[in-house]
Amino acid sequence: MTRFASGPVIPNFGQGSSCVRGDHTFCWDWVRSHWSDTLAPALVQHLELVAIAIAIGFVIAFALALFTHRAHAFDQPIGVFSALLYTVPSLALFQLLVPFTGITTTTVEVALVAYTLVVLYPNISAGLRSPPPDVIEAARGMGLTPRQILWRVELPLAVPAIIAGLRIAVVSTISIATIAAFLLPKGLGYPIFVALGAPTPFKTEIYSAGALAIGLALVCDTLLLLLRRILVPWASPRVA
Amino acid sequence: MTLHTGAAELVFDNVSKSYAGRDVAAVSSLTLEIPAGTFCVLVGPSGGGKTTALKMVNRLIPFDDGDIRIDGRSVRELPAAELRRGIGYVIQQGGLFPHMTVGENIAVVPKLVGWQRARIDERTSELLELVGLEQADAARYPAQLSGGQRQRVGLARALAVDPPLLLMDEPFGALDPITRARLQAELRRLHREVRKTVIFVTHDIDEAIMMGDRIAILREGGVLAQYDTPDAILAHPADDFVSQFIGEDRALRRLALRTLADVELTPGSGTNSSVRVSSRTTVRNAVSLLLESDADHLVVENDDGTTRGVFRWHDAAELL
Amino acid sequence: MIVAGAFTGAFGFIAHNPGFLATKALELLELAGAALLVAAVVALPAGIVLGHLHRGSTVAIGSSIVGRALPSLVLIGVFLTVLGIGFVNNMAALAVLATGPMLTNAFEGIDRVEQDLVGAARGLGMTGWQVLTRIELPLALPLIFTGIRISAVTVVATAPIAAVAGGGGLGDVIVNQASYRLTGVLGASICVMALSAGVYLALVGVQRAVTPRGLRVTMVPEVQRGKESV
Repeated sequence: MTRFASGPVIPNFGQGSSCVRGDHTFCWDWVRSHWSDTLAPALVQHLELVAIAIAIGFVIAFALALFTHRAHAFDQPIGVFSALLYTVPSLALFQLLVPFTGITTTTVEVALVAYTLVVLYPNISAGLRSPPPDVIEAARGMGLTPRQILWRVELPLAVPAIIAGLRIAVVSTISIATIAAFLLPKGLGYPIFVALGAPTPFKTEIYSAGALAIGLALVCDTLLLLLRRILVPWASPRVA
Repeated sequence: MTLHTGAAELVFDNVSKSYAGRDVAAVSSLTLEIPAGTFCVLVGPSGGGKTTALKMVNRLIPFDDGDIRIDGRSVRELPAAELRRGIGYVIQQGGLFPHMTVGENIAVVPKLVGWQRARIDERTSELLELVGLEQADAARYPAQLSGGQRQRVGLARALAVDPPLLLMDEPFGALDPITRARLQAELRRLHREVRKTVIFVTHDIDEAIMMGDRIAILREGGVLAQYDTPDAILAHPADDFVSQFIGEDRALRRLALRTLADVELTPGSGTNSSVRVSSRTTVRNAVSLLLESDADHLVVENDDGTTRGVFRWHDAAELL
Repeated sequence: MIVAGAFTGAFGFIAHNPGFLATKALELLELAGAALLVAAVVALPAGIVLGHLHRGSTVAIGSSIVGRALPSLVLIGVFLTVLGIGFVNNMAALAVLATGPMLTNAFEGIDRVEQDLVGAARGLGMTGWQVLTRIELPLALPLIFTGIRISAVTVVATAPIAAVAGGGGLGDVIVNQASYRLTGVLGASICVMALSAGVYLALVGVQRAVTPRGLRVTMVPEVQRGKESV
């Protein structure tokens, strides 16, 4: 068996109730007593990591998509680059960035932003191209300038694709961010590591941190789904 | 930007356009004068340049030589977007914005030119009634409408700022025959009410004859074959191409353009067993009825039931 | 510069330990392959059948959504506690990860075959099974393979993490910076990347070989034209 040998193993099972000492499947008392010192901070750190990555990734993806929308030539190379980046395992990417940015949050963020980009860029790009040609022709014929067409027709019609991309990106990033714990003691991945590193892997910690990560992903996905319903009333009505 | 109500005169002055790498021009020296308020149909086979000619008016397609003038002003004078806001444009698939309601679609150009909310609402109401839609439709989305309803919205949208010129590119092509016939009739009625200059493109000669005050037949290469009223074209086709295009039954088609009210009838009231028809019947249908029944005459009545006269075979020939 | 030094060192590590790295790479491929196989055996038939019957789309599509929300580390941790340390627990965790994309894509691939074609086939007298094997499957191949590819790359990419739960493979090096130093970690990371890309390309090759020629011919995209040919 290989031990996870880097990083401190903080024995935070504390005084250990009988439940903990016996390593039963799930100990609520542990969860309650360690919520504020272990689980909650991890959750907050996790949210921070993800939020920053999504925000930056979205801005870059959006700018890139607007750019290639006009300059079609760049479509191919960016597409290929995205596909390549996709095949890079997250752990490897983190490690590969270490020589450049050290063992810092920046390294983690760079990798997370990269993965976000890979998902968001194609979606936003496809979304901008989704309006059928006759709609664009009608818009031109009515006297809308290219900029007006972008803001009043293409962007609103791209919203469903953008939100679809965001859903995937957010959920994936929440998932990948757990791996950040390999580098830094941050995020919901960290308690899991710690628990895995104990002489007997500590179930409760793994399950509670895991449940939080999954729960976070599901909550965000649902929120985005609701957002879509609000922003896109025209996609739901049924044909008369 | 000045808005005219009323209609504009449109002139094509020796307009030409070719695409690189093709031997046949798209449009060749097209010269056409369309008086204000005319419903002018551009008709012809595929490749005849009719859609190209239409799109050159609002500069969606640039032309190489010649000029196009609206009320004396060249279309090249204004910036393209501004020009287009003053011209109504309806296309075959409608091009309605799926993310906007019917009302919002209609309001697009008025908002662009800065109308107040109240004026836009009033105009929208007016337009919905004009094109035969319900007021409640303003809040619906294009996806909830039928094809015919969508085309009506497209028309309303094009008329929103009351442009003096309306361009229509095969607007009824994608509809089923029944809806198409209904919309054709309604457009005719509308044009009688709101006398704007309309340029209507179609490949269907029957539609052209039915809709147009004037018809311009374009042959391949964008060459003008004939430009005249439907009746004149049917009576005197300019050349073999036109005769073939309008069909060998052109005499019958001419008859479809007139009703029995236009015919000089033989005085008389027929017999008790005569077939009676309204004076609104087209001459063509009257001839068809004569063929069907065994009689040699029909008794023509006015709307109030009084006898107008008697219609015989040679009365039809007189017309031609 | 530190960066250059680190990377030269990484390549040096690779150059000096080819046998070791190869063994580790094989371990990783074994684990990934087993997981992929188990997942494929479950997901592909299920997706294909559901797609053919046009049923259960919520499950088929939902499996990917749920799969994405399951962090790999969490899965590995959970399976470790349930199945103990070793090969099986990691294989199970990775298999769970691999199921989603294959199930969803197999479903969508079959479900989306033009119903006109299916109708024509039925009209010709084909049974359901014949329609599935002769019409739907060949047409659905691109999407099915995409699903397999996504799953394969996901599994290879996640396998290193299994090292913390006894998974072995190149992950053993990557998580053990104390023993192997940064150069070792980087070297192993580069190897994993190469493996991942290699698996991706290999599957693209297999897909091309298996796709019927008629579908392989690229269509010249139709330029949108109006009624006029000009």
